[in-house]
Amino acid sequence: MKRRFFIEKTTLAAMTTVVGAELVFGAKIPIGYTPLALQDPDPFKLFSKDNRMSVLNSKPWNIEAKAHLLDDKITPNKFMFIRNNGLIPENIDASSWTLTIDGESVKEKKTYTLADLKAKFRVHTYQLTLECGGNGRSEFDPPAKGNQWTIGAVSCAKWTGVRLRDVLEDAGIKDDAVYIGYHAADIHLSRNPEKEPISRGAPMAKVMQEETLLAFQMNGKDIPLAHGYPLRLVAGGWPASVSGKWINRISIRNKEHDGAKMTGTAYRVPCKPVAPGEKVADEDMCIIESMPVKSLITYPMSGAILKKGQKLNIRGHAWAGELEVAKMEYSIDFGSTWISCSLDKPANRLAWQHFSASVDFPKEGYYEVWSRATDSQGKAQPMLVPGWNPKGYLNNACHRIAVKIS
Amino acid sequence: MKDENLNKGIRGTYRVLIVICALLVVIAIGSVYFFEKTDADLVEIDNSIIDPEKIENGVHLRTGFIDAIGMQETITNCTSCHSAQLVIQNRMNKERWQTTIKWMQETQNLWELGDNEDIIIDYLVKNYPPSSKGRREALTNVEWYELKD
Repeated sequence: MKRRFFIEKTTLAAMTTVVGAELVFGAKIPIGYTPLALQDPDPFKLFSKDNRMSVLNSKPWNIEAKAHLLDDKITPNKFMFIRNNGLIPENIDASSWTLTIDGESVKEKKTYTLADLKAKFRVHTYQLTLECGGNGRSEFDPPAKGNQWTIGAVSCAKWTGVRLRDVLEDAGIKDDAVYIGYHAADIHLSRNPEKEPISRGAPMAKVMQEETLLAFQMNGKDIPLAHGYPLRLVAGGWPASVSGKWINRISIRNKEHDGAKMTGTAYRVPCKPVAPGEKVADEDMCIIESMPVKSLITYPMSGAILKKGQKLNIRGHAWAGELEVAKMEYSIDFGSTWISCSLDKPANRLAWQHFSASVDFPKEGYYEVWSRATDSQGKAQPMLVPGWNPKGYLNNACHRIAVKIS
Repeated sequence: MKDENLNKGIRGTYRVLIVICALLVVIAIGSVYFFEKTDADLVEIDNSIIDPEKIENGVHLRTGFIDAIGMQETITNCTSCHSAQLVIQNRMNKERWQTTIKWMQETQNLWELGDNEDIIIDYLVKNYPPSSKGRREALTNVEWYELKD
């Protein structure tokens, strides 16, 4: 058990001398940011997160929600998961922040300030689903390497910014452009300035979509620091690692981008299905693009006890990567029978959709309510954990909650 | 007479002391109200930072690692770049830890571990073994609550 207590900031300086030079970060860091200097600060205060969120990792920060915390139609910051590959950039100055467009396939290398971007290009707002490629990893057997996400590494906030397409076209895209790669201000865990923690990207088809944004606002306010302040690439429906945070450079490439975590096994699954635990060579791993169909029951929280005859009104969200969710069902008999839920249209393409249903239970006892979404191409969520893969990506198995009728 | 005077003197001293003590209590309570630190002035500290080596119930408080042979080598080599939580979350066999270490050496600036590599892997495999989960686990740790209409 960890016990905590509070000290004044003034004594912090004295503390750091005891702890060692490594922890001395000085007093220049703004209020609320200071605890980063410590080994195990309060992340909830630090990032304005609800304290029911689960911290998986404090260095780098990785924090996830729980199903019932994601009940809002538009995810507020306090319930939004954090997935970091490196350390959050220090001393960001938005007024001097620039974005450079370069690469083999740019016609003219160009640099824009944030003010340039806002003034020069039309601003758009979309609600976009961002899910970590490894959401659900904890269920794979044999276990897959990495942060053991359960179900809470997904969000659907409103993002405001300019279209990536408009900016790239302003700099000029050569005919041989294949991919973009982002570069950002975050710091490698080793603190080696030569290394980038993550530098991923997307093929031109995704880049040119209307909804692919260079965003400077989330839910109508400046993007919170942990989510990419002051500029974030947002590519809804794809693994959230495509949506690079703290972006300062985008390279238009004449080949598949080869930045950190684009190659090897990162954000890739076997091109052909493999048996659980099987070894897969790097060249047989393929990049994940659209995320699969999935849903979450966000109300009620698992564990509800109802009286016999009492109806249970369930609700939640469903999403399907690049596609729309076409059908939403629930089951209270472990999949023997499925009953339709009412399902809303998305607020815009790539936004999650809300579902609801009123559930009757035939008699007293223990039940599980399972939810199953089907996408517009007829693919449904599996009840079992889907195909094993070495890094534990794309677990879109049905969500379920426990219910007792007494 | 002399004794009486002495008694009076002692009583007087007591009275003064009582008044001083009462004043101190009032000041102490007052200062809590008037000089209470706002949240912004306070920083939450994990007490294990004060004693970074403290072990409680077989667990190293600062990192959360199980106290066993190889723990010290694991702390020294594995927690300067990332948290111990990342290690503890991962359940792998010897071969997969070897691959992971090699990956960290190739891409993440991890140094050569020498003899410590086997010590660390033995520690991890023994104390954090993978458990079989099958294709779908039963729901566990359900917190039951009454749901009103």
